[in-house]
Parts: sequence; C-alpha cells; structure tokens
Amino acid sequence: MTEKLVIIGNGMAPGRMLEHLLEQAPGRYTVTIFNAEPRVNYDRIMLSPVLSGEKAYEEIIIHGDGWYIKHGITLYKGHKIIAIDREAKTVTSDHGVTEPYDKLVIATGSVPFIIPVPGHDLPGVLTYRDLDDVQAMMLAAQSRAKAVVIGGGLLGLEAAAGLNAQGMDVTVLHVMPTLMERQLDPAAGYLLQRAVEQRGIKVITKANTQAITGNGKVGQVELADGTIIPATLVVMAVGIRPNSALAKQAGIAVNRGIVVDAGMRSNDPDIYALGECAEVNGQVYGLVAPLYEMARVAASQLAGNEAAAFVHLDTPTKLKVTGIDLFSLGDFAEGEDRQEIVLRDAAAGVYKRLVLKDDRIIGTVLYGETADGAWFNDLKKKQTDISEMRDTLIFGQSYQGGAPLDPMAAVAALPDDAEICGCNGVCKGKITGAVTAKGLTSLDDVRAHTKASASCGSCTGLVEKLMVLTIGDKYNPAAVQPMCGCTTLGHDEVRRLIVAKRLKTIPAVMQELEWKTSCGCAKCRPALNYYLVCDWPDDYADDYQSRFINERVHANIQKDGTYSVVPRMWGGVTNAAELRAIADVVDKFEIPMVKVTGGQRIDMLGIRKEDLPAVWADLGQAGFVSGHAYAKGLRTVKTCVGSDWCRFGTQDSTGLGIRIEKFMWGSWTPAKVKMAVSGCPRNCAEATCKDVGVICVDSGYEIHFAGAAGLDIKGTEVLGLVKTEDEALEHIVALTQMYREQGRYLERIYKWAKRIGIPEIKRQIMDDGEKRKAYYDRFVFSQKFAQVDPWSERVSGKDKHEFRPMASVGFAQAAE
Amino acid sequence: MNWIAIGFLSDIPRRGARCVATPEGKVAVFRTQDDQVYAIDDHCPHKGGPLSQGIVHGAAVTCPLHNWVISLETGRALGADEGAVRTIPVRIEGERLFIALEALACRAA
Repeated sequence: MTEKLVIIGNGMAPGRMLEHLLEQAPGRYTVTIFNAEPRVNYDRIMLSPVLSGEKAYEEIIIHGDGWYIKHGITLYKGHKIIAIDREAKTVTSDHGVTEPYDKLVIATGSVPFIIPVPGHDLPGVLTYRDLDDVQAMMLAAQSRAKAVVIGGGLLGLEAAAGLNAQGMDVTVLHVMPTLMERQLDPAAGYLLQRAVEQRGIKVITKANTQAITGNGKVGQVELADGTIIPATLVVMAVGIRPNSALAKQAGIAVNRGIVVDAGMRSNDPDIYALGECAEVNGQVYGLVAPLYEMARVAASQLAGNEAAAFVHLDTPTKLKVTGIDLFSLGDFAEGEDRQEIVLRDAAAGVYKRLVLKDDRIIGTVLYGETADGAWFNDLKKKQTDISEMRDTLIFGQSYQGGAPLDPMAAVAALPDDAEICGCNGVCKGKITGAVTAKGLTSLDDVRAHTKASASCGSCTGLVEKLMVLTIGDKYNPAAVQPMCGCTTLGHDEVRRLIVAKRLKTIPAVMQELEWKTSCGCAKCRPALNYYLVCDWPDDYADDYQSRFINERVHANIQKDGTYSVVPRMWGGVTNAAELRAIADVVDKFEIPMVKVTGGQRIDMLGIRKEDLPAVWADLGQAGFVSGHAYAKGLRTVKTCVGSDWCRFGTQDSTGLGIRIEKFMWGSWTPAKVKMAVSGCPRNCAEATCKDVGVICVDSGYEIHFAGAAGLDIKGTEVLGLVKTEDEALEHIVALTQMYREQGRYLERIYKWAKRIGIPEIKRQIMDDGEKRKAYYDRFVFSQKFAQVDPWSERVSGKDKHEFRPMASVGFAQAAE
Repeated sequence: MNWIAIGFLSDIPRRGARCVATPEGKVAVFRTQDDQVYAIDDHCPHKGGPLSQGIVHGAAVTCPLHNWVISLETGRALGADEGAVRTIPVRIEGERLFIALEALACRAA
C-alpha cells in the first residue's frame, strides 16, 4: 500500500523535490499536487527573459503535462488550498476537493510585498511574481506608455529592463541611495545605475513613494518630495514575504516563515515545508540554490533518510539583464578587521572588490567582468589563505602563476569541486564526469543529466568551456541552430564568414565552410544565394537553380501547377489603359480568375506556364513590369489618397508611396517586405501592421517598422519622426539595407528586429547619421544591378528553356 | 525497350529539370550537378506537385508545393514521408538523351 503524499504549491522547489523523490523512492508515494496557478511547473527565474521577449513561456516549462502523466501524479491546476485539517489529515481546495494525506508538503512560496500607500489597489498596479504578472505587463507594454517600477533590487531592475525592451518609457524608484544595496557596494551600485540609465531607463534613488493616484486607474505616482511621475503601469517589486498564512491557520508553528528543522519538518511530524515559505535556523531564502538544497533534503527525508540536513551556504547573486554582468557574494560591509582589494577600470566599465578577513575572502563584488566569480567563490568556500597571491588576486585566476590570460586555462585550472552552477549546486567534477561517463556532446544533454546551467543559464559559457575541455571537437554547440542538415553553422556565422572570407560563389561557401553535402539542399541553397546576392551585388552571378520556382520563373506557382501573375501598380494606382490591357490579356489567354490582392494589386490566376512569356509581352506593351508578388524582396507599397484628395490628408502619401516603390523595387531581401504609407493617423493604408510603414502627420513623417499581420499579429514599432520626404526615404532605405545585411533568410523584419533589439536599430538608423548614409549608399549601389525587369528579359528570350517542354513524344505512337 | 530521343544533355540546366510531354502526362527529366540524368513522372506522390519545378540537390528534388524530397534514383520520398513516383529509364548516347516510353505503355495496359 503506497502512502499518500500531498503537495501544496507547484513551484520550482517542490518540482525539484519530486524529481529527487522519484529517483530515490519510486512508487513509494501516490502524489497529488494542488497548484493555485492554473499551469504546470515552470522556471520562475526565467520570467525576466520572457518579459524582455528573449524567451517564450514554452521555453521555460520545467515539467510539461506529460511528465505528470508519466509519473502518475495528479495535478490540480488552479486549485488553491484553503484549509488543512491536521486531525483528519486532509486538505481542502477552494473548488471543494478534499484530499487525505499521510505526508503533506507545504510549498506555498512567497507573496510580493505591497507598500500600503494610497492607490496601491488601483487597476494598473502589478507585482512581479508569476506568469500572470508578466503577461499583464506585456499587455500593458503594448500601449508603449509610461511605467514606474518601485524597487531597485534584483527583481525591480529585471522588470524595468524587460518593460524597456518592450518599448515602454520606464522609471525606477528606489528608496535607498544606490541600487541593489543589499548585494552591491555603493561603487558598483553607481556603475549599475549608469548602465541602466544608458538603456534609457530613468532611475530616481532616495525616492519615497507617497501615493499612486489616477481616475479609476493608475495615472501618476507621487513622491514625498512633491515629484509627480506620470505612469499607466506601476510594478511593485520591493520584496517578498513568506506565504505562511495557511500553515498558521492550521496551527503550525510560524515565525517569519513556516518554522522547520534541518530536515524540513515542521512541528507537525507529518508536515514538511520548503521553498520561500520555509524558515530554517531563523533564515528565509529567496534564491534558487538554497531552495533546491531544501528540495534535496526534503526528498531524502521523505524517502526515509532521516540524516539529510540543510546547511546554509552563501549564494552568489547574478542579475539577468542582457548586457549587464554583475556578481555579488558574501559579506562586504566595511570593518576594522577587514581589508579590501579594489580594481577599477573606468574605460572598460569594470569594477571588482574583494573583502578579506584574516587573509581569506569573505565577500566579492564583480561588475562588468564576472568570469572569475566561480574562482573567488571557491576560494571563499574553502577559506583558502590568499596571502601569497594577494598582489595579483584581483586580476583573477589566469594571472596566478604567470599563466596567460586565457579563459579556457582559467576553467581548466578550476578544481573538480569548484561550483559551476550556483542555482543547482553543480560542481565542475560532476559535469566533466557526466560528460565522460555518459558520452554527452550537447549542452541540452548536460542540462538533462546534471542540471548545470538549466535554471538561470548565466553559467552556460562556463559549462560550454568545460565541454570543450573535456571532449574537444566532439562538443556540439547546440546554442546555434544550424542552417540545415548540410552544415553545423548557423545563419549568422555563415553570413559573417561569407563577408570575412570574401566567398563569392555557392561552391566556394560550401568548400570553405565544409558543407557536409555535395550540393546543399532546398533549405540552404536559396539562403546562400540570397546572402551572396546581397553581399556581392556586382560580383555574384545569381544562381537561378538555387532559387525557389516562383523566383526562377517570376510568377507564383499554384496548387495545380499553373501560375498567377501580378503586374506592378505603383503605389496601387492604375488607369484606364492599364485596366484595358489587363482585360485584354485575361480574354486572350482565357485566364480563369482575376482577383484584387491585399496589397492593392490585380492578380491573374491560373495561367499555364507556357503562356507566361506571351502574357508578359502583352502586359509589357501597356507599360507593366513585374510586381514581384513572388519575391523574397520588395513586394508592394500600399497608399491612401493623401493630401491630393482626402480632406484629412496631411501629406502626399500616394506620391511618397510611389516614390519609395520606384526607388526600391527589384531589391532582394531575406523575406518578403510589404510597405504602406498613410496620409494621416486614421491610417487607411494600414501602415501599422506592415514590415515598414509611414504615417504622415502635419509635422512630417512617422516611420514605423516590424509589424506583422500573418501567422503573427503585431503592431509596428516607431522608428522615429522625420520632417521631409527625402529624409523619410533615406531612413526607410537605410533600415531596409540593415535588415538585408543582417536578416536570416526567411526571417521577417519583425523577427529580425526582435533579435537585434529595437533600441539598437533606432541607434543605427535614427541617431548615427554616418551609419545611415553608409547603409543607404550600399542599397543604392546594389540597386544598379537589381533593377532589371525580369518579365521583359524573359519576353526577350532569357531562360527560354523554363517555359517550353523539352520534347513532346509518344503522341504519334498512341494514335497508331 | 523502345528508346525515344528527347533532346540533348545541354537542353537541361545543371541542377535543373525539363519536361517531356507524353500522352499520359508530363515526364520530368533531371540533370544533376555531376551530369547524371534521371526521369520520373512529373507528379509528386503527395499532392501531385510538378516535381520538375523543384530545387535539385544531389540526386534528389524538393517538391515546390510542400517540400517533400523525392529520390531521383528510386522515385521514393526521403525522410519521414512515404510515397513513390514512377521512374523511367534514361539512356545517354554522347550528348543525346533517350527515355524508354514502353514503361508508360506498360502502365497503360
């Protein structure tokens, strides 16, 4: 008869405990979990990358639904336990489910601390705890309005960076004089503030929030000194407190958190507590490493090992904001019995401080360069006497013993018990051991077997270096998705090498970059052909056999093997002669279907391939050229009628659209590019869901980009406002060229922009005039070779073979 | 075997294909990078896509409609997909190309 184990809460700690328990005592318990959140167990540490858009929710799931099914675990999603009956040994959920237990684990985590200022309960005030909060923030960010984050600690800064990445105007309010004062000394706090401000986030320290006000929802935040900050979103990230109310109500001993012994057992011997809600030896914890240690101990206890005990360890703090490297560990308060070693390199933005006591490290703060964190942590843990290397200690491990400054050597020199992954407490020996014993070759394998770098991911670089040290070339850096099965290289690497090695033909690329197949595949060949067309417009001979059929015959293949043809109508404008010519062609070639497209063009469908050159010849007579409706290139520029006709029009949107289209037609791009120009903010040309769009306003032209209205729906980002049509054209062309040079084949602008970052694109196109001009010039140069009408070329006989059968055979025999 | 002349090797671009019209539909004749020539029905086993319009890589072609990859040697779908298309014998005499139409006649019978 199995025992009944009930777990309240489904966060990372109980999830990890179950993994250990299933390993140590499989089948001993029938497990039931009650999760107040309506979902499975996910990696809460990774909420910040989700908020900043670097990861999707699906990527941070630890246990998917299948895991619970596989292990026979009953998971009640969205069930909050409201009562524990210790007499009857049952728990009851808010949906009325009552479940008996033999052993109960309380893992209710923590609740965010809400400052009880007036207005703290207005709609628009959020906390930062779970996925619901993140989703609410992302929704709020779509308005691109102003946000205030209260709290300049780890969580607050990550929230601010995420909201900033989502395009919001963010102000951080921090009550102390410097940021993250619990983990950083004032000098590092200052550097951090500067780096945060450089990203366009405002920081106000010594800020005492007095009230949040607004008309039925958040409108502004008022400080004690009278400052008023407009905001439509307020995120409170001032701290957490253990969520122990349920335990208290059941009569379990509660202090700050639920009081447990070193074996994670509460004063009721059948009830355990772990995670952020538990208090051990007077301490409560919020970082993942000690919580996972609790999980290990609780699992051992439940499996019958009563000797398992929790031991306190200092845990390093790392900030998960892309581009800011920060490491802090231990105690760094000043004191008479302490000395410090400080290194400052202002130019490189590096600050390092070691706090020593009796020739031993007791605290470390690293900012800007954190590679030696693991080594300092190791020295501290082992209480190593550092007097002999004192002079060079601060320069890091690779400076000791005269070794060269080689990050690989530094990792190689780490002892086997040096901690690599702080979150999961994985040491070097465990990683190298698993790699060797199990023959692991990818990062995912190592994560699966050892958990190293599987939580916050900040030690991924160290783990990768360890893999290279252990297995050398066999290490398969899976972080980069290869272009296709023909190569191990990713798109970015290939693009970089094409330029760096001056590779100018597909065979040269395949030879130099060691393609695994003789002539590639249908995935890599079109990509390589595009990269070469883009990078060497004057030298490269376009390889039509590496183009998809639509681009090879300049029409769109349909499901029955016929083609459709879309002539270019500049800016969507046409006239009687053009329409008459189209009508004549439709009659003459018995074209079965004529349709107006979403891009303001006319599409003729169902044309036999053999007829294409003749169709184009007739259309060409009327002045039509190819509309490139088939191309990974500039497709259409939609326009509205603008100031010429519309009573609301502010500028000549039709004229600008035509001008853009005439300037940019014929250019190949990583994926299709659709544009639009609207003559006023009413936006009749629907410019705000295009790859590039323009909204004309009285004061000029607002340039938009990175919209989507296909598989994904996404409003555009604003690149900026320019005054004249000439400027608008220059900015749009430069933006397109930047995308042409950096985009991965088939990657639309919005995906590219997400990868590169909107601020970086704005910086290069809006702020850096030289860069913009250089992009513009390169586009103009490339157009010299690109603006040739493919239809008239084919009417003149180019690629005749494409449009004619090689032979007709067998008909005579069949007649006989 | 009834060999019928269809044209010359140089009529087909390398890593490309041409069609031959026959009473039973189109035959796609492929020329690989290393000048091997193959003929198969111009009809993908998946949804009938014109294989002659696909991208040729190695001795295989990727259908333009839904990216099935068909072996030119066996006519079979490669990878996870299942299906096959008829292959037609090809002979190269110097520069001249012949296909065996009898194969088609047999199918008709």
